[in-house]
Amino acid sequence: MERTDEDKLIDEVTGKSYEFGFTTDIESDTIAPGLDESVIRIISSKKNEPEWLLKWRLEAFKVWSDMKEPDWAHVEYEKPDFQAISYYSAPKQKKELASLDEVDPELLNTMEKLGISIEEQKRLSGVAVDFVMDSVSVATSFKEKLGELGVIFCSFGEAVQEHPELVRKHLGTVVPKKDNYYAALNSAVFTDGSFCYIPKGVRCPMELSTYFRINQAGTGQFERTLIIADEGSYVSYLEGCTAPQRDENQLHAAVVEIISLDEAEVKYSTVQNWYPGDKQGKGGVFNFVTKRGICHRASKISWTQVETGSAITWKYPSCILKGDDSIGEFFSVAVTNNMQQADTGTKMIHLGKRTRSTIISKGISSGYSQNSYRGLVQIHPGAENSRNFSVCDSLLMTDTCGAHTFPYIEAKNPTAQIEHEATTSKIGEDQIFYCQQRGIEEEEAIGLIVKGYAKDVLNKLPMEFAVEAQKLLTISLEGSVG
Amino acid sequence: MLKINNLCAKVGDIEILKGLTLEVKPGELHAIMGPNGSGKSTLAAVLAGRDSFEVTSGSVNFDGIDLLELETSDRAREGVFLAFQYPIEIPGVSNLNFMKAALNAKRAHKGLEPIKAKDFLAKVKDCSSLVELDGRLRDRSVNEGFSGGEKKRNEIFQMAMLEPKLAILDETDSGLDIDALRVVSKGVNAMRSPDRSFIVITHYQRLLDHIIPDFVHVLSDGCIVKSGGKELALELEEKGYDWLKESSHDIPNI
Repeated sequence: MERTDEDKLIDEVTGKSYEFGFTTDIESDTIAPGLDESVIRIISSKKNEPEWLLKWRLEAFKVWSDMKEPDWAHVEYEKPDFQAISYYSAPKQKKELASLDEVDPELLNTMEKLGISIEEQKRLSGVAVDFVMDSVSVATSFKEKLGELGVIFCSFGEAVQEHPELVRKHLGTVVPKKDNYYAALNSAVFTDGSFCYIPKGVRCPMELSTYFRINQAGTGQFERTLIIADEGSYVSYLEGCTAPQRDENQLHAAVVEIISLDEAEVKYSTVQNWYPGDKQGKGGVFNFVTKRGICHRASKISWTQVETGSAITWKYPSCILKGDDSIGEFFSVAVTNNMQQADTGTKMIHLGKRTRSTIISKGISSGYSQNSYRGLVQIHPGAENSRNFSVCDSLLMTDTCGAHTFPYIEAKNPTAQIEHEATTSKIGEDQIFYCQQRGIEEEEAIGLIVKGYAKDVLNKLPMEFAVEAQKLLTISLEGSVG
Repeated sequence: MLKINNLCAKVGDIEILKGLTLEVKPGELHAIMGPNGSGKSTLAAVLAGRDSFEVTSGSVNFDGIDLLELETSDRAREGVFLAFQYPIEIPGVSNLNFMKAALNAKRAHKGLEPIKAKDFLAKVKDCSSLVELDGRLRDRSVNEGFSGGEKKRNEIFQMAMLEPKLAILDETDSGLDIDALRVVSKGVNAMRSPDRSFIVITHYQRLLDHIIPDFVHVLSDGCIVKSGGKELALELEEKGYDWLKESSHDIPNI
C-alpha cells in the first residue's frame, strides 16, 4: 500500500524524538539496587561514555563516599537509604492506558482546572495519543528553526556523544563534583538530562522547553542539565510543567549548570509540581537540587521559580557574578501545604565590579507545612560598587504552618550597597470576607489574594507559563482556609 | 424588600442582638443610630453573612428568600452590598480586576455572560465620576495606600458598580472631612431609586443632613428602642441617647 504523507510525517515525528534521545535507552533492563564503583562503570558503559567521563564519575563517587548528608536545612525527613536505590533503571516505560477512564480522576480534575487540553491530558497521563497534524508541524518547524541558527538542544547523553568537547570543557565548572553531597551523588550516577548551547550573538527565537522533549518515559531521577550561552547570545529556558507529575522515584537530586559568557543573557524558569505526598505527609518526592550559574562580563542570569510540589524541597538557584557589570536575579514563589517542607532561596556571589543582584522571594505556607527562605548575598573584596536588593515576604494561611527567613549577608567591600526587606503576614479572614461580600467565592478569593501577593514574581514568567502558574497556585492552596 | 424578625445573634458567649425587628420596603432609606456597643455594626455583619457571628434565633427575609440560609457570596450576588466601616486592603490586586471579578461573579449567578471590556470600562467611568474617584486610584491595588476618605469613596464606587438591591452603609461617614462627606453623600443620593433600599448606620446627625432618611431607628442593647422620621435624628443630636435608655426596659451599662 502506498504510504501517505501523513504516515511520513508521523514517522518523522517519532523519528525525531529518537533524535532527541529520549527514547533511545528505553529498555527493560534495571540493575540491582545498591551503589558501588561497579554500578558506575555499568552506567557509563551502558551510555557508551568516553573514558574521561567515567573517570570523572568515579572521582565524584569517591568524594561522595567520604561526605555526610547535610542537615543544616530547616527540614525533617528520614534519610534515604542510598543502597536501596537502583541507579540504572532505564526510564520506566509507563504502562500505556487505553483511555482517560483509566486515569486517576483526581489527577484529571487538576489538569482540567489547569486548562490542559484533552490531548495533552492524555499525553501527560500516559494514554496512547494519536498524532495530531498540528503538533507534527509545530515540532518539525521547531527543530528546523533551531538547526538553522546553530542552537544545540538535546539530551545530555546525546551531547556526550555528539559534542564531547563542549561537555568536557564546561561540565562541573559551575557546580564542582565535590560541591555538596547531592551534587556529588548526581555527578557519580546521573543518567540523563538536557544540554543546550546557544552560539555567539544568537538570540534564540523561542522558549526552549523541556516540555517539548519529555515523553512518556518521564523525568530522570538524577538529571543533569548544562546550558551554555556563548558571547552576546540570549535564551529563555523553561523547565518542568504545571501539570501534576506523579513520579515513582522518591529521591530527586538534579544538577543544573549555566554558563553565561560575556554579554549573554539566560532566563531560566521553573515550575515544579511534583507529588507532595498525601495530607498526612506520606509519600511525596524529595527534591534536592543544585542549580547554579556563572555570569561573565556584562552578562545576566535570571532564575524564576514557582515551587508548589514535592514533600521536601532543598534548592538554591544561585549566581556567581564573576564578570564586571554582570547581573543576577532570583524570583521565587514557593507554596507549601499540608505536611510539605521547603528550604529554598538563592546565593548571589559578587566577585566582579559593579555587579548587581535582585532577589524577590514570596513564600506561601498553609496546612502544617514549613516554608523557609535561605539566602546568601556575598560581596567580595574586589566587587567595587556592587549592589543587591532583596525582598523576602511570607504569607501564612493557617495558624499551624511556619514561615522562616534565614538571610545571610557578607559585605567585604565598603562600596557595596545592600538592601533587604522582609515581611510576614497572615492571609486575612477580613480580606476573604471582603471579597465574598462583593460576590466572589472563597476559593476564588484566596486565588485572587495569593496571585496579588505573588504578582511581582509571576510577572517574570513567560506569558503562557504565567497563566498556568497562577491557576496552579490556586489549586495548590485549595481548601486552605476555613 | 427586607424583613428582619426578632433577630438574636451572639459572638462567642456574648449576646449582641436581642430580638431585633425591622422592615425595609423598596426605595426606603433607614438610618440606624445608637450608642457605641449597641449592635449596629453587628447587624450589618450578620446581614452580610460574617461567620464570626452566630444567629441564635429569628429570621431575615430578603425579597422572598431566607437570607440566613445563603453563603456570604450568594447574598452579595442576590443584591446585598455592605460598605465597610474599615475597607480592607488587598495588595497586588488591582481595583479594576477586583471589580471585574465581582461583577462577573454576579452576572454568572444570573446566567449572564461576562461583561464586555468596552461596557465594563464605560461603567467604570460613570461610576468613578459619581464619587470623583480619579483614574490613579482605580488602577491601584484595592484600597492599598488609600487615605481614609479615598477608601470610603472607593466603597461607594463599588456600590455603584454592583448596583445592589439593598445597600448597608456601616459608618461610612466616620473619618470623613466635610468635602469627602459631601462627595460620598452625593454618590449615595444619586444611587437612590424606587427599587433600591438603604440601611445607613451612623453615629452622627450630620450625615443625615446630606442623606435624608425616610426613617430613623435607635438601636440600644441589641433592640430597636425607638423609631421615627428624620426629626428623630435631630432630637438625638440634642438630647443624646440616655433619655431613651431610661425610658426602655432594664439595660445594663455597656
